Amino acid sequence: MADNDNDDVPFMQKLLDNHFLLVVIGVVSPTVLYTLWGIVDIMNTPLAK
Amino acid sequence: MATTYRTCPASGLQFEAHAEKLMKWNAVAAVLWLLVGGITAIGVIMTRWPAFKLLPPDQFYTILTAHGVDMLLCWIIFFEMAVLYFASSVLLRCRLATPKWGWVQFWLMVVGSVMTNVAIFQGESSVMFTSYVPMMAAPHFYLGLILFAVGALIGCFVFLGTLVVAKKDKTYTGSIPMVTFGALTACIIAIFTILTGAGILLPTLAWSLGLIKEIDAQLYRMVWWGLGHSSQQINVSAHVAIWYLIPAVVIGAKPLSEKVSRGAFLMYILFLQLASAHHLLSDPGMSAEWKVLNTSYFMYFAVMASMIHGFTVPGAIEAAQRRKGFTNGLFEWLRKAPWGNPAFAGMFISLVSFGFLGGISGVVLGTEQINMLMHNTFYVPGHFHTTVVTGTTLAFMAVTYLLVPTLFKREMIHPKLCQIQPYLFGIAMSITGLVMMGAGTLGVSRRHWDMAFSGAPFQYEWPGAAMLMMGMTGFFGMVTIVGGALWIYLVVGSLLWGKKLEGGAVSDKPTPIPAATPAASASHHGSDHVGVPGTVVLVMALLVSFVLYYFVNWKYLSEVWLLS
Repeated sequence: MADNDNDDVPFMQKLLDNHFLLVVIGVVSPTVLYTLWGIVDIMNTPLAK
Repeated sequence: MATTYRTCPASGLQFEAHAEKLMKWNAVAAVLWLLVGGITAIGVIMTRWPAFKLLPPDQFYTILTAHGVDMLLCWIIFFEMAVLYFASSVLLRCRLATPKWGWVQFWLMVVGSVMTNVAIFQGESSVMFTSYVPMMAAPHFYLGLILFAVGALIGCFVFLGTLVVAKKDKTYTGSIPMVTFGALTACIIAIFTILTGAGILLPTLAWSLGLIKEIDAQLYRMVWWGLGHSSQQINVSAHVAIWYLIPAVVIGAKPLSEKVSRGAFLMYILFLQLASAHHLLSDPGMSAEWKVLNTSYFMYFAVMASMIHGFTVPGAIEAAQRRKGFTNGLFEWLRKAPWGNPAFAGMFISLVSFGFLGGISGVVLGTEQINMLMHNTFYVPGHFHTTVVTGTTLAFMAVTYLLVPTLFKREMIHPKLCQIQPYLFGIAMSITGLVMMGAGTLGVSRRHWDMAFSGAPFQYEWPGAAMLMMGMTGFFGMVTIVGGALWIYLVVGSLLWGKKLEGGAVSDKPTPIPAATPAASASHHGSDHVGVPGTVVLVMALLVSFVLYYFVNWKYLSEVWLLS
């Protein structure tokens, strides 16, 4: 019965109730899109001659 | 660790002994730093006010550094620690996880904040809040910031641990309350912020100690803004959580749709930190793709989330008021809202000022093309004073009017002054922010101590409007300080001389939420599906203002480039 109840919970609610998954998403997402991509951009900047 | 639980007889809120002490100490530390930040604000304002130019440049930059660090980090993050403990232990009615680590959090933040301030006031670290390299501060400036950040990170883990305790002890069913979810969002953004800060402050400390030769200036700016701007996004999440809390406690408001509001917080988790990129829109080292995708695409998801909160919070208030019978016309619910309650009034002014001034100006700054009109001008502090001060600080001030009687068990002194304070502070700061942005639009520089650039070989003739708006910044800035000082007086005075209130029953186990109490409202679940036509009109006013202001700035831009 308990399993059936759990199956009835919509996917989004399961996601929002999984606090540690949210922590991972909230740290990884900006780290990739902002920090790592930013570092790649800076490393590809040609040096002045 | 043995503990006890006190149930406040007036609110029904339950305070676990360790969490209660930690909330009090963090809140008191926050207020002390607000006091220091407020005193330094006098020096900043009176120097930028062209008629006075109070401080010489060296002292001005020292004071400006202290003002930035003490307001943007010390005051707000100490208060946010109290908010995290409240949103977990109090709203979930459970014990605080690892209270000893909670004290490590507190003392590390105390030592760190004092150390950084010592470095600043010694005069060798006038590098301002941004502390851009190659300007070098004393090593203990960076070390203090690192200790402060480590303390805050520990506070975040104590919060997450408390969520685990509550789930394990089954002190709530289903999902955590909306306010706790908002605090979780703030906590997640804080973790990213602090890790990013460590990523740049640790090598900068090594550089200041002479252990490494140089720090790349572009790399520093990019990584530092992951700390500098994201730290302000912690504030946004925390104050939005408080926007949900106060109407729930004061008038029993429920979100219009829990799903939508939680979805908006999820968009904060995913996208809000990416807005940091808007500080680098004129930096040559970053690619156009990085700038445009992070600001003009991803940042807008976070803006949309703020607009959802900007609709659902007043919508929740309207729904609650209409349920109470205030159904005449579009705005009876608004006219008959509890405007004499300083918690409610402060929260609503915070909401309006953040939305109309901070929010709209934030979108303008986040758009690459029109950002060029006011990049690094006085517009930028104008923008963030309407987000961090009228948004966050005023929301924190507002919730304190609820916390002093429940947490500190003291009645607020001077109730009439309490009623006036949010209006005085909120309206004066909103006007200050507005004229700061106006002066910035006319080109007044962001940080230079003397807008006239006295003694420069080439003089610039400022339009009279710029001088007027800088004068108004000075005047209304000082009025804001009076409003802030009044709040400190009322809060500290209440703690010292306020009438003692009954603490309530103490037990050695958590107790269920008493029905029909503010505690029940704050921890509630469910949505309020009531038509909210008045809120729709208010939101349309915001959207029209947004569109007009956005268009005006594109028009300005075309004139700058002589295209019109």
